[in-house]
Amino acid sequence: MAVMCEEENRCLTAAVSGELDHHRAKEVMEELDRQIDAALPRKLTLDLSGLTFTDSSGIAVILRTYRRMSQLRGGMTVVHAPDQARRVFRAAGLEKLVRFE
Amino acid sequence: MKIENYCTLEFPSRSANEGFARAAAACFAAQLDPTLEEINDVKTAVSEAVTNAIVHAYPDRIGKIVMKLRQKEGQVLEIVVRDWGVGISDVAQARTPLFTTGSEERAGMGFTIMESFMDELKVRSTPGKGTTVTMRRQIARRISG
Repeated sequence: MAVMCEEENRCLTAAVSGELDHHRAKEVMEELDRQIDAALPRKLTLDLSGLTFTDSSGIAVILRTYRRMSQLRGGMTVVHAPDQARRVFRAAGLEKLVRFE
Repeated sequence: MKIENYCTLEFPSRSANEGFARAAAACFAAQLDPTLEEINDVKTAVSEAVTNAIVHAYPDRIGKIVMKLRQKEGQVLEIVVRDWGVGISDVAQARTPLFTTGSEERAGMGFTIMESFMDELKVRSTPGKGTTVTMRRQIARRISG
């Protein structure tokens, strides 16, 4: 499965692992959409600890998920992003918009 | 600059080849004894260049992509990604952060990432003829032992 999810008290944790490039982005986005629509979470935690590679496709996935959560007036935090992903997100200035822990 | 080693790869513009292309570039770059961070930077830049060719150069057909990997004098890694697709009419605009002609899966950050992860980036394009992206990165010489 593209995304592993757990939900409790409208707090959704979604873990994306493996390589997140353009080849996989659509599948991951669709799965995140489905999970968000089903849980309507107040808080989303995106766990990237198992992410082995990403590029600007990862930026697109995070931006889209962030916008979706903003529409729902929910919060979003990205946790455990590996160094390679952090460098990509930093180059895009993503850390000014989304909370990283 | 003298070319000390090289490799040329040709593959069709299928998205499954994004992973293949960056892995191949990482293997070639490994000969320069890079750090993990340098290898990751090269992989990320290659991923962006090849994805651009797959998504934008050939929007509705499978076309040819050629990637040239060169090891040049002074620990310089040069990567050329060429396609024979639709081309870019305004390269300066395409290089602007957040600009994209793609769908929601594209962030419009491809060239920005290539620029920040490589030392040099050149983009030559002719509408209707194709695009050539040339990137260079110097790999620091490490004192071994």
